[in-house]
Amino acid sequence: MLTAEDKKLIQQAWGKLGGAEEEIGAEALWRMFTAYPPTKTYFPHFDMSAGSDQIRGHGKKVVAALGTAIKNIDNLSAALSELSNLHAYNLRVDPPRFSLQFLSQCLQVALATRLGKDYSPEVHSAVDKFMSAVASVLAEKYR
Amino acid sequence: MVHWTAEEKQLITSVWAKLSVEECGAEALARLLIVYPWTQRFFASFGNLSSPTAILGNPMVRAHGKKVLTSFGDAIKNLDNLKGTYSKLSELHCDKLHVDPENFRLLGDILVIVLAAHLTKDFTPACQATWQKLVGVVAHALAHKYH
Repeated sequence: MLTAEDKKLIQQAWGKLGGAEEEIGAEALWRMFTAYPPTKTYFPHFDMSAGSDQIRGHGKKVVAALGTAIKNIDNLSAALSELSNLHAYNLRVDPPRFSLQFLSQCLQVALATRLGKDYSPEVHSAVDKFMSAVASVLAEKYR
Repeated sequence: MVHWTAEEKQLITSVWAKLSVEECGAEALARLLIVYPWTQRFFASFGNLSSPTAILGNPMVRAHGKKVLTSFGDAIKNLDNLKGTYSKLSELHCDKLHVDPENFRLLGDILVIVLAAHLTKDFTPACQATWQKLVGVVAHALAHKYH
């Protein structure tokens, strides 16, 4: 369960990104495709070269959704309801992958490379819990 | 047997050369206990684990973290025989320590994040991909003797 302290730490960490959010989204996706090649199977229609417009565009979308989730952290279910429908009925990303472990890991690595020691154990813990909560909400309607 | 390209071996050894095994080992283990508190179940004899600060400062956590990462160093010297290298440790983790191998995956992912925080932009996507492969293969070797 996300505590008040967790929420504060997440909002602070997100605040430190200073406008780099979109780049981080694209980087997280690129890291995920590089480290976990099977994740590419969900994007057969993408230009998978480094820095492709599609990867940048999609990274931007993902980060925008996470930003919305952070602003509505007390009601993730409602905030992510549309995305939840999309993932369940259209995209149907395999739920275990979708426990977002790969995207969460790569997003956290992208954050850690930018925040260095500011990506403290407490922030790490809060972000990990948050991504877990987002994954649960997105998987809510699978069956 | 796992195949490692020359580039992967280079990425492994160059990152390893930049690490303080003691610091990174201690930090990785501490983060495991902080981010996934249920893992504290394996360390009941370690004393005060009541808060992130307590965990980070706990000398037994630090010492054990160093031991764990030092053992990783053995893996790196024996990339072509990880199962053999970890055979005894695998038996130990199963028969005496009773650790669910899922925990090896968790620790591996945490180690990668620790590396990212220390190396910052030098921890490139290619670097991460190689290290995710390494931690995965080590976890697999550690689970190999489970029965």
